Amino acid sequence: MSPLGWDAPADLEKEPAGIPDPETTDVPAALRAEIEAHTANYPDRRSAALPALAAAQRVHGWCSPEAIEQVACVMRVTPAYLESVASFYDMLETEPVPRHSVYVCTNISCSLRGADELYEAALAAAAGDADVHVRSFECLGACDIAPMASVDGVYVGPLTPADLPAMLEDIHAGRPVLPQLQLARRLVADPHANSQAFPEHPAQPAAPARGSANLELPTESPRTAIGEQGGDRPGPTAPVEDAPDHAEEDES
Amino acid sequence: MAAPATGSDPHLLFTDIDEPGLATLEVYERRGGYESLRRALQMSPEEVLEQLKASGLRGRGGAGFAMGTKVSFLPKGAMDKYLVCNADESEPGTFKDRELMQKTPHTLIEGMVIAAYAAGANRSFIYIRGEYVHQADALDAALAEAREAGFLGEDILGSGHSLSLVVHRGAGAYICGEETGLLDSLEGKRGNPRLKPPFPANQGLYQGPTLINNVETLSTVPTIIRMGGEEYAKLGVETSTGTKLVSVSGHVQRPGNYEIELGIPAREIVYGLAGGPGEGRTVKCWFPGGSSSPVLKGEDLDLPYDFDSLGKAGSMLGSGAIIVADDTTSIVALAMKTAKFYRHESCGKCTPCREGTNWTVKMLERIDTGEATPMDLEIMASVQEHIIGNCLCVLGDAMAMPIGSMIAKFREEFEEHIESARLRRGLGGAAASDSALSAQGALHAGPETLLGPDGAGGQAPGEHGGEPGTHKGGA
Repeated sequence: MSPLGWDAPADLEKEPAGIPDPETTDVPAALRAEIEAHTANYPDRRSAALPALAAAQRVHGWCSPEAIEQVACVMRVTPAYLESVASFYDMLETEPVPRHSVYVCTNISCSLRGADELYEAALAAAAGDADVHVRSFECLGACDIAPMASVDGVYVGPLTPADLPAMLEDIHAGRPVLPQLQLARRLVADPHANSQAFPEHPAQPAAPARGSANLELPTESPRTAIGEQGGDRPGPTAPVEDAPDHAEEDES
Repeated sequence: MAAPATGSDPHLLFTDIDEPGLATLEVYERRGGYESLRRALQMSPEEVLEQLKASGLRGRGGAGFAMGTKVSFLPKGAMDKYLVCNADESEPGTFKDRELMQKTPHTLIEGMVIAAYAAGANRSFIYIRGEYVHQADALDAALAEAREAGFLGEDILGSGHSLSLVVHRGAGAYICGEETGLLDSLEGKRGNPRLKPPFPANQGLYQGPTLINNVETLSTVPTIIRMGGEEYAKLGVETSTGTKLVSVSGHVQRPGNYEIELGIPAREIVYGLAGGPGEGRTVKCWFPGGSSSPVLKGEDLDLPYDFDSLGKAGSMLGSGAIIVADDTTSIVALAMKTAKFYRHESCGKCTPCREGTNWTVKMLERIDTGEATPMDLEIMASVQEHIIGNCLCVLGDAMAMPIGSMIAKFREEFEEHIESARLRRGLGGAAASDSALSAQGALHAGPETLLGPDGAGGQAPGEHGGEPGTHKGGA
C-alpha cells in the first residue's frame, strides 16, 4: 500500500532516472498517439500528466514502473515527476489491482442509508474473486441513489446486499451492470422540473467508451478506464496518513 | 424585490431537463440554445459584464462570491487569459452539477463562451472529477458538436472572439475542488493549494489571469443574458438572487436535486420537496451546504434558505447540499465519518490541517473506545479553533466548522457517549481520579497546558459520576 521509498528503502546506489531515451523505450503506438494528443491540448505539456497516466493505466492495468516510463518518455519528463503525481490521486493505482473495480461510497449520505453494511457485504461477496476489486470510496456525488457504488465507472443504486450476486454476475459476464439501477437512466427528483412525463434515459453499457475515443486502443489490452480502477489510499504521503493505526482505512 | 415564491418555484436550469436528446445540439438549439450567445456577442464585453453584475449572481460552488465582481477582477490587456470551470464536484452531499453536465452539457458550454467573452479569456478548461465518467463523455460529445457548429474555436459566429475549450478529467482528489489546488492539478502537478494572494484573477493557471467558476454558476449565465440581469435579480431575495439547485440526501424520503428560489424556508425543501425523514422520525440535525457547513438542528429548518440567512445562523449555504440526519443517528458516528473524510482528503501541505484532522479522528476513536474523558471535548474543540484560518486553503476549516458545531450543539450526547463507553470498559465515571485514568492510559493526548483546571472546565468532580445507569449505550 505504501509507496516505495516511504516504508521500503530507496536504493541509494542507483542514479536517479532521467528522462527516458526514446531510442530504447518501447511505447505502444496507440498509447503514444493518445498521450501526444493530450499534450497538444495544453500550453504546457506537463498539464497532460493526469490524462496521460490514466491512458497508460488503461493499457497496463495500473501505473506500473513500465507504464510510468512510457508516459515519461512521450511527455519528456522524469519518471519521478510522474510518480509524485500518480501517488497523489486515488484513481491512479500504484500497485497492481484486479481488472474490475467496485467503489462503494461510504461517505456521510450513503452511510446514513446503510453503506457501511453494504460495503462489508460487498467485501464478503467478492472475497476470493481475482477479477473484482471492492473498495470503499469517498463521496462519489450520487447521494440521491444512496447507498450506491461505481462499477467500472458506471453508477448503480440504491443497492442492498441482495443486489450483489447479480452485480458480480453481470461484471463477470461483461453485461451492463444492474441496468435497472443505473443512475444514468433516472429522471430528476424535482417534480416541477419536467412539464410532461418523459421516458427514462437508456442505461449505459457496462464499460463505457471513454471520451477522447478517437484513438483506438489495441483490443487485447485490458479495458480498464480510469473510472474503473482506483484506490482509497491516503493521497498525501504525509506521515500521519501512513500511521499504522490508520491501516483499517486502507481497504485493499 | 419579489417576495420569495413558495410551492411553485420558477425553473430556469431544470426546465424540462429530462427531454430526450437535450444533450445533443439539435434539441438544445431547437429549444432556443445558443440564442443567448448570439445576443451576447452583439453586445460589448463590458455590456455583458454589466448584465452579470446586475443579476447579483453569487457563485454556486460554495463561497458565494459575486460572479460579476469576480469577472471584473481580471486585468485588461492582450495577454493569454483563462477561464476554468470547476466541475470537481466532490463536496459530500453535492450532486447538482452532475445532473446538469449529464443532461444539458450545452448549457455549460454556452455559459462558458459568454463568460469568456465578458472576461476576455481565450482559453478555457472544464476540470471534471475523474469519477464522473459518463458526464465527461457527455461533455466531450457536446464539445465536438459545438466546435463543429462554430460556437467554439476561432472567430466565434464572426464576432472576432476566439475560445478553445478542453475537458480535463481529474483522478480522484477532493482538494482539487479548491480553486488553487485545481489549478496545480490542471498544470499536471499534485493538487496542493497555493498561497493567496496572488489570487487566480491575477496569477492563476500558468501564472496568467484566470477566472474560475462552478458549473452551476456558468450554466446560469445564458439565462441571465436571456432574461436580462435586472429581471434575474428579481428572483430570490435581495442578497441571494435567482434560483439554486439543492441536492437533498440522507434521511429523507425523496432524495435528489431540486431547483428552488433562494429564500424559501428550508423546511419546505426538506419536508415539502424531499418528503422529510421517514415515518415517525424527526430531523436531529442537517448540514445546510455540504459536509463542510456547520450543522443546524431540526428547529432551524424555518430559516430562509439563502446565503445571508444561513450565514447569520452560524452556518452557510455552501454548495447547496442538504444532508439530513434523523433522530436515530449517533452524533459521534456522524462526527467520525466527517472527520475521517477530511483526514483522508487533506493534501498534507499545512500542519494544522494535516495534524488537526488526524488528531480529531484519533480523539473521536478514543471516545468510542472508552479512553476519553469529557476533557477531551475541550481539547477537540480547541484543535478545531487552531485549524481555522491557519492554512493555505479551507479544507481544514471545512472539518473544523462542522465538528466544532457538533460538539457545541450536541455536547450532552458526546458526554453521554464518553460516559457509557467508559463504563463498558470498566473505567467508572469520568469523575474518577486522574491517577486512576492515568493508570488506564486514559489521559488526553493534548498539549500539557490544557491540563490546567481551566482547560477541564465543565466537568467538576461528581458532575458525571451520578447516575451511570441512565446513560444510553454508545453507537
